[in-house]
Amino acid sequence: MIVKRIGLGFVTLAVVSAVVFFAVYLLPGDLAEEILGQAATPETVANIRRELGLDRPPIERYVDWITGLLSGDFGRSLANGRPIAELAGMRLVNTLYLAGFAAAVSIPLSLTLGIVAALYREKLIDRSINVAALTAISLPEFFIAYILIFALTVKAGWLPSLATVSADTPLGERMFRSILPVLTLTLAVAAHVMRLTRAAIVNLLASPYIEMARLKGLKPWRVILRHALPNALAPIINVVVLNLAYLIVGVVVVEVVFAYPGLGQLMVDSVGKRDVPVVQATCLFFASTYIMLNLVADVATIAADPRLLHRR
Amino acid sequence: MADLATALRSAPPSAWFGISVSALYVFVALGAPVVAPFGETQVVGPAFAPWGGASPLGTDNLGRDMATRLIYGARNTVGIAVVTTVLAFLIGGGIGLISGTVRGWVDQVLGRIVDVMMAIPSLIFSLLLLAIFGTSVVSMITIIALIEATRIFRLARALALGIAVLDYVEAAKLRGEGLIWLITREILPNATAPLIAEFGLRFCFVFLFISALSFLGLGIQPPTADWGSMVRDNAALISYGDITPLLPAGAIALLTVAVNFVVDWLLHRSSGLKD
Repeated sequence: MIVKRIGLGFVTLAVVSAVVFFAVYLLPGDLAEEILGQAATPETVANIRRELGLDRPPIERYVDWITGLLSGDFGRSLANGRPIAELAGMRLVNTLYLAGFAAAVSIPLSLTLGIVAALYREKLIDRSINVAALTAISLPEFFIAYILIFALTVKAGWLPSLATVSADTPLGERMFRSILPVLTLTLAVAAHVMRLTRAAIVNLLASPYIEMARLKGLKPWRVILRHALPNALAPIINVVVLNLAYLIVGVVVVEVVFAYPGLGQLMVDSVGKRDVPVVQATCLFFASTYIMLNLVADVATIAADPRLLHRR
Repeated sequence: MADLATALRSAPPSAWFGISVSALYVFVALGAPVVAPFGETQVVGPAFAPWGGASPLGTDNLGRDMATRLIYGARNTVGIAVVTTVLAFLIGGGIGLISGTVRGWVDQVLGRIVDVMMAIPSLIFSLLLLAIFGTSVVSMITIIALIEATRIFRLARALALGIAVLDYVEAAKLRGEGLIWLITREILPNATAPLIAEFGLRFCFVFLFISALSFLGLGIQPPTADWGSMVRDNAALISYGDITPLLPAGAIALLTVAVNFVVDWLLHRSSGLKD
């Protein structure tokens, strides 16, 4: 069953890469003319068409594109003619670093909060955690980001408002500069994980074996950590990994707010410039990370709950 | 009508808050030209003027009145979000209901297409399509409506699947009623409650989605007043300790919270009625 799920994941990946590639052909007419607009002359159109390879049959181009990607050749940017691998390489590292940092902060934090809320459910501490989580969910990321900038940078003066890092920024400096983006991402993601952790544990607390454990006189935190948590693990792992997938996407807006040199910012800039090859490459990266994480979520859920293997 | 009145009387405070805030937004959006002190794109003074005087909330990066832009923003941002949501519902809901009623290969094919579209994160997918089709309001509305339609398709199809096997639908089929009659007269009336709640929820998603795109500079284009791009254009003010750029962002957040409260109440009511 796990093998089947992994196979399905790779099929999805292949189909999605085809969608990303062939989406260009949805345009009525021709991308070259569309990009040039008023300035289109027959020569410039022919130039762009050659540049994009639009003068060759689509299937042949797709095969070229995929084999190129697999061997590390991502094509060239339309805007400045530089290889995409060179443009995106450092940014990819930056984005993964930002998402990883945010995950390292948000997941332990939200799991702890969820467990605390379940332990003291219906008490003041649970209520306040819940209200805070609900508010964080309904706010757009850029709102959270600017409130943080306003409070922590402008009023308190503790943190820099821009997360401009370069390849030779030392690690300590780099961490300091990315505290605000990480905090924003944490607020956006932690609320979901925390609420689902709480729900998963609270659901289990009604079962007879938990009552048994409690009647034996075990301490409440022991009942939750040793008895409830292992059984709640499958849904929690699922939601944690899905939120990692969300982090990868949420990074796009946050990078723009903090002028962080990551892949998301590159993608947004390229959309504005209609630099289609760059957008296609970054889109495929984000989409495949997302699909892979979904795959990991499913496999991990099955691994954590062997009952799922014998469903039928 | 009497039902509505009793329902409203028994609504919890959070629902009342949600309804009044949403009503206020609708009022401001519809009455924008009357309520606003200046014209939408009228330059009234120097750029980034402080609060007070003729412009109670100061001016923006081009010297346009901030309060006026905020009021027109209600009209543009919320209006476009409503149009997009309605479009998404017509496409996704319509196809979903048909797919769930007809079943067979039509359902299979549509289901697979939707699966593929949902495998790509929606923000990323919309960025790709915007790069190809160019950034304009029309292409943004179409793209977001199509992407959101896949989510609505799922729900509408599931609802139709459940209802289409009930006896009264079978009876109508045996009477020889056509597909359109089946969907509009037999299935749709029994699927309205969850669909209305879904509409509220989808509206929030679409609204945040449009704001995010506009904030990135890829959605609603200037000089149209819009909350997402207003945050972007005036963000520089924040470094000087001025909270003006937070106002449009706050307007977005407040409406989202309000609509969520109303949806919560509706869902609670419809689930309570079933018990």
